[in-house]
Amino acid sequence: MTDAPLAVEIRDLDVTFATDGGDVHAVHGIDLDVRDREILAIVGESGSGKTVTARTLLGLLPETATATGAVVVSGTDVVSLSPARLRQLRGRDAAMIFQEPMTALNPVFPVGWQIAEGIRAHERVSKRDARRRAIEILGTVGIPDPERRVDDYPHQFSGGQKQRIVIAQALAMGPKVLIADEPTTALDVTVQAEILDLLRGIRDEFGTAILLITHNMGVVADLADRVTVMYQGDIVETAPVDELFAAPKAEYTRDLLAAVPRLDIADRTWAGDAEVAPVVRADDLEIRYPGRFGRKGFLAVSGVSFDIRPGEVLGLVGESGSGKSTIARAIAGLTEVTGGSLEVLGVEMRGVTERQLRPHRRDLGFVFQDPASSFNPLLTIGAAIAEPLVVHGVHRSLEDARARVAELLEAVRLPAAFQDRFPHELSGGQRQRASLARALALEPKLLIADEPTSALDVSVQKTVLELFTDLQERFGFACLFVTHDLAVVDMLAHRVAVLHRGEVVEQGRTADVLGAPKEEYTQRLIASLPVPDPAEQAARRQLRRSL
Amino acid sequence: MADKPFLDRLPIVAQYRQSVGLQRGMLTAGLVICGVFLLVALFAPLIAPYGFSQLSDDDGSFGPRQAPSGAHPWGTTIAGYDVLSRVVWGAQTALVVIVVSVVMSLFIGVLLGLVSGYVKGWLDRILVVVCDAIYAFPSLLLAIVAAIVISGGQSSLFGGIMATALSITVVFIPQYFRVVRAETVRITSEAYVESARVVGASTWRIMIRHVLRNATRSLPLIFTLNASEAILTIAGLGFLGFGIEPSAAAEWGYDLNRAVEDVTAGRWWTAVFPGLAIVLVVLGITLVGESLNDLADPRLRTRRRAGSRKKKEVVS
Repeated sequence: MTDAPLAVEIRDLDVTFATDGGDVHAVHGIDLDVRDREILAIVGESGSGKTVTARTLLGLLPETATATGAVVVSGTDVVSLSPARLRQLRGRDAAMIFQEPMTALNPVFPVGWQIAEGIRAHERVSKRDARRRAIEILGTVGIPDPERRVDDYPHQFSGGQKQRIVIAQALAMGPKVLIADEPTTALDVTVQAEILDLLRGIRDEFGTAILLITHNMGVVADLADRVTVMYQGDIVETAPVDELFAAPKAEYTRDLLAAVPRLDIADRTWAGDAEVAPVVRADDLEIRYPGRFGRKGFLAVSGVSFDIRPGEVLGLVGESGSGKSTIARAIAGLTEVTGGSLEVLGVEMRGVTERQLRPHRRDLGFVFQDPASSFNPLLTIGAAIAEPLVVHGVHRSLEDARARVAELLEAVRLPAAFQDRFPHELSGGQRQRASLARALALEPKLLIADEPTSALDVSVQKTVLELFTDLQERFGFACLFVTHDLAVVDMLAHRVAVLHRGEVVEQGRTADVLGAPKEEYTQRLIASLPVPDPAEQAARRQLRRSL
Repeated sequence: MADKPFLDRLPIVAQYRQSVGLQRGMLTAGLVICGVFLLVALFAPLIAPYGFSQLSDDDGSFGPRQAPSGAHPWGTTIAGYDVLSRVVWGAQTALVVIVVSVVMSLFIGVLLGLVSGYVKGWLDRILVVVCDAIYAFPSLLLAIVAAIVISGGQSSLFGGIMATALSITVVFIPQYFRVVRAETVRITSEAYVESARVVGASTWRIMIRHVLRNATRSLPLIFTLNASEAILTIAGLGFLGFGIEPSAAAEWGYDLNRAVEDVTAGRWWTAVFPGLAIVLVVLGITLVGESLNDLADPRLRTRRRAGSRKKKEVVS
């Protein structure tokens, strides 16, 4: 492998962005190379410069950026290339797979046309030939019945199939280098496993070099040959994948690996009294979103039953569209319950009015998924945390609540001075901690957390989860923890309910469900989860194929 | 943000400091024109040599259609008014009409848009249909109808100004309504509004504290763009004879109307000066509005190139 010719050679690359706050130095003179038939993974947290580095390969930097140094893609230096020459290079020598397959395809053209478009942009071929090649390539990436489906539109495909089509588009011109920017981040774990298999197959079949950008250590362990770790625009460490996971040299790499949550059946036991009346009781719960006029609505949740007892953490896991967030929102009274029964803090939620619910709101806290949008950008953090206190008349004014807010901030390990800061001045992790402080302001009996860590970097996720466990033990609130990440559930939950297409597939003690899953779906879900260990991941891959 | 100097946080100053190159030039030109307009309007009594409805002074009657001279630098109109004085006083009328009409449509439009977007349901549907219906009328026609209904043919200063302002208000309400409603609908689905609902805040508290304050960000831009449209509408109304009587206040559109026959007769000064006043003020306000619009959008804002400072250092 080491003597294969270089597909990509980056020398002393330096990228600076002009912003309102002055110049931002995003990449500091890095050196990097990718050989033929090699999969190089660049890992790092958000803001580490990994995507910027990858984008320079195709000259896809925005106008505000200035790049210096040399980026040689199959013998051509890209940095100083004219737009016309760059256009020739894109697709033919290097192609890109984007993160979000939903937006990377144009919704008003058939997928076959979009693939043929790329071919016709580079070669003078007839429409019929381009179409024939589009069908061929769709078959290669595993779209069933490509002759018929070539004329279908993007919305007629599932998320995983769309990503396959995006990959087909990138492969159409047989590029030597494929840049995959977080290719599986927007996908569910089971689909992610399939796409990773596809990428590996492409490398084996076509000998394409792949530059994989990701923040997911499991994906790295599954796919990569060599790994480059980036931190704040610098390369921290580059090593073959086995070496990096077994014996990371840099301190930062060690911390990063340690922060990745692992599924090792923590078995958090619940010591509460099983006889006490539950805080939440769902019985044959059904939630249907209203349809258009005269049509039946979409059934998001059906026949779901579960209890949450005081002081217990119930983990609700499932893939996107499984109805897990819908249940969380229904408990908070943000979505209407249309069938069955849902009792929250002694209030029947079916047909409840806001007026009946309002007095009970103080016993309920909610932590939202996206820390960027869960704070009013015009209120200070202190004002946002004091909001529940003021609304429920515990304190009369902001000044009155300052001492309590400082106390809450301290509980989530933020300095009291953060009261006077605005949300945009805080990092994602800090904001999510402030969000936790707001949810806990009234010491609620029930906390609902809807994917609270999925928008955070792993190392930040780790501290937030630890804090969460701590607070849960200290305040003893009951909690519904919604997530798609099995490893996170394993860390926190006493009991787990696995959702699939709006129904509970399996529920029980965390150790039982994750340790010895009975249902086939749960087994598949667990087998698809990539683990941050190359050797173990290879073994798991075999196991998953046999399932 | 908090440690920025006070000056940089003032609305227009902040944008001015942010701008570079052509955008800065446009903004500067717009600000200068607007500044002159404001000064002329505020100090009209000091600047204008005569009153707006003055036909004679101690030396006797001005006489109609006098060419520019020492006593009347911009000449006199067909009715014998001094053109310079009419143009200067006209700025005052224009300013009052702009302020009254824009402020009224701002308050009514924002309130309706906020309620409509937050409450939704049948109220929202009716208001949207009504506003769409108003869009279907040519705005000048609507303003004429409104002027007739409101003033009923009166021509007092207050009545005339209010009639013009109200008719412009009616035309502009749908614009503010639309913008605020769209923003409200977007913001209502944001997590922080849901968070306020979960906390148990009352509907009014959510609407004012969480939605309204975030929905008004693009209003200054519509404000400036509408102000220029307001001037054109007053001028149009005046030109068509539905504005303010010359004895009540000076008004550029009315003067242009009276100057129509002068143009063919070669008496250029009666039409050129009020016409230029309209063009300049509209241009100035539009420049400010468009520049603010571009500066508020990070994708349209031009910046100094990254690293340019470094290159200069190397050269020197």
